[in-house]
Amino acid sequence: MDLTVLITKAIIILVIFGITLLIATYSTYAERKVAGFLQDRLGPNRAGPWGLLQPIADAGKMFFKEDFIPAQASKWLFILGPCLAMLTALMSSAVIPFGDSIRFGQYEIPVQGIEINIGMLYIFGVVSLGVYGIMVGGWASNNKFSLLGAIRAASQNISYEIALGMSIIAILMMTGSLSVRAIVEQQAEVGFFGWGVFTQPLGFVIFLVCAFAECNRTPFDLPECETELVGGYHTEYSSMKLGFYLFAEYINMFVSSAVIASLYFGGYHYPFAAQAHEALTNALGANTGHNVATAIGTVLFFGKIFFFIFFFMWVRWTLPRFRYDQLMNLGWKSLIPLSILNVIVTGAGLLFNFNYATWAIVAVMVVLAVMSAAKAPKGAVAMQKA
Amino acid sequence: MNELLAHFKQLTPTGYLFWILAFVTVLSAIVVVTARNPIHSVLALIATFFCLSGHYVLLNAQFLAAVNIIVYAGAIMVLFLFTIMFLNLRKEDEESKTSLAKIAAVIVGGTLMVLMLGIFKAAQVGSYNAIAFDAKTGLVENLGMVLYGDYLLPFELASVLFLVAMVGAVMLGKREAGDRHF
Repeated sequence: MDLTVLITKAIIILVIFGITLLIATYSTYAERKVAGFLQDRLGPNRAGPWGLLQPIADAGKMFFKEDFIPAQASKWLFILGPCLAMLTALMSSAVIPFGDSIRFGQYEIPVQGIEINIGMLYIFGVVSLGVYGIMVGGWASNNKFSLLGAIRAASQNISYEIALGMSIIAILMMTGSLSVRAIVEQQAEVGFFGWGVFTQPLGFVIFLVCAFAECNRTPFDLPECETELVGGYHTEYSSMKLGFYLFAEYINMFVSSAVIASLYFGGYHYPFAAQAHEALTNALGANTGHNVATAIGTVLFFGKIFFFIFFFMWVRWTLPRFRYDQLMNLGWKSLIPLSILNVIVTGAGLLFNFNYATWAIVAVMVVLAVMSAAKAPKGAVAMQKA
Repeated sequence: MNELLAHFKQLTPTGYLFWILAFVTVLSAIVVVTARNPIHSVLALIATFFCLSGHYVLLNAQFLAAVNIIVYAGAIMVLFLFTIMFLNLRKEDEESKTSLAKIAAVIVGGTLMVLMLGIFKAAQVGSYNAIAFDAKTGLVENLGMVLYGDYLLPFELASVLFLVAMVGAVMLGKREAGDRHF
C-alpha cells in the first residue's frame, strides 16, 4: 500500500513536471505568435507546420552555442545562478491542485503533486527564493550591468512581495485555510459567484500586478531592461545557461497563471460542476463518471491557465516599460496601502458574514477616478495628438 | 566506534535524514564563518537556514519551516546579499583584520565555546512522553490557537514593536525639505 502511494505520487509529480516544461516550451512559441498577431505580422512559420517545431529548433540552437564563462567571473556561482532560477521556478507547481481526484478501484488519487496544509505559504516561500537565481547570476558575471540588473531584480521582488502577501492574506481570511485545494473547494461550494474574483476584486488586481512584477515581465521587466542595461542580469550568459533563465521566466508565468486561476477563478471548478458531476456519475457509473468530471475540470483549469498566459503576453506587447521610480511608487505608495485596506475591509465584512465587502473599495476608487478625470483640465488626460 | 555503528544500524529513515541534515547544517554553518568572500558566506548562511527548515519539517512544524524560509531565506538574506553587492567587498580586505582584532576574536570565541560546553554539560536533557505526544502541535491551526489564546499579549506587543520599527524606518528614510533629490 505504502509503495503504491509512493509510485502514484512519483508518476503524478513526473507528469506535472513534464506538463510544466511542455507548456513553458510552447509558451515561447505562443509568445512569438501573439507578438506577431498584435504587431500585424505572421510570427514564426518556417520550422514545421505553422512553425510548430520552432521551440525545438530554438533549443537546438541554444545547445550548440558556445558556452562561455567570463574570465573574471566567479565560476561556480555563474553556473549556480541559472540552476537556481530553474529550480525555484519548477518547485512551486507541486502544490497546485490540477483537478479533483481520480478514482481507481478503491483508491482515490488527487490530481496534485503534494497536498500540504501550508500550500500557500509553500508557494510564497518558493516565490521569495526565485530572486536568488537572478541575484547570484548577476553578481557572479562580474559586470556592472549585470550587477545593476540583479540589484533591481532584488529590490523589485522584495517590494512587490509585500503587496502580494497582503492580497493573499485577504483570501486566507475568507477561507481560513492555507491549503490551495481547500481554497478551491471553498470557492466551488458557493458556486460561480463564490470565485475569488467576485469576493476579492481588489485583491485579484493587486495579485495580478504583483505577479507581473515577480515574474519580471513587461511592464516590470526592469532587471533585463535592454535600453538601459544591455541585457540586465543575463548580459554575460550564453548558450543553455541563458536558455535556462529565459525558460524559467516562462515556467514562472505558467505557475503564476495557475495560482491566479486557482485562487481567484475557482481552479478546476466550473459553473454547474456539481450538477455535471451528478449527471455523469448517473450516466457512466460512480467511478468512470467521477473521472470524466475530473477530466472536464482539469481541462477547464488548463483553459483558465492558458487565458492568463495569453494575458501576460497581451500586456507585454501592449504596454511600455515603467520607469524605475514609477515602479517603486506604484509598489510602495499604491499597492501596499490598498492591500492593507483590502485586508481591513475584508475583515470587517467577515465580521458581519458578508463576503463581498471589498466591492465598496472598488466603488470608491471608481468614483474617485471619475471625479479626478472630470476635474482635470481638458486635454491633460487625453492622448497626445501627433 | 562499534557503538556508533550499532547506533546507525538501528536508525529509522527519519533518523538517517536527521543525521544527513545535521551534517549539512553544521558544514554550511562552518562555511559561513570560514568563507573569505562575503557573498559565499551569505550563500552558505542561506543554505544553513534551509537545513534548519528541514529540521523543522522533521519535527512536523511545517508552518515554522515555511515561515523560516519566507522571512529569513526569502527576505532578510536577500537584503544581506543586496547590501553586500552594493558595498562591493569583492577584494579581500585583509588590512581590516589586525592582530588585535584577531586576538580579541579568539578570546571572545573561546569564552563563548567554554560557556556553551559548560552549559550543555550542566543542563538536563529534556524528556518527552511518547504516548501523550501530539504530532499536530506544530501545525498552523494549533499554533494559531496558542498564539492568539495563551500568548495574546506578547504577540500583540511584538506586533506593536514592529509597527514602531516601521514608523522609525519611514522617519529615517523621509526626505526633508532642501534635501538633494537623487
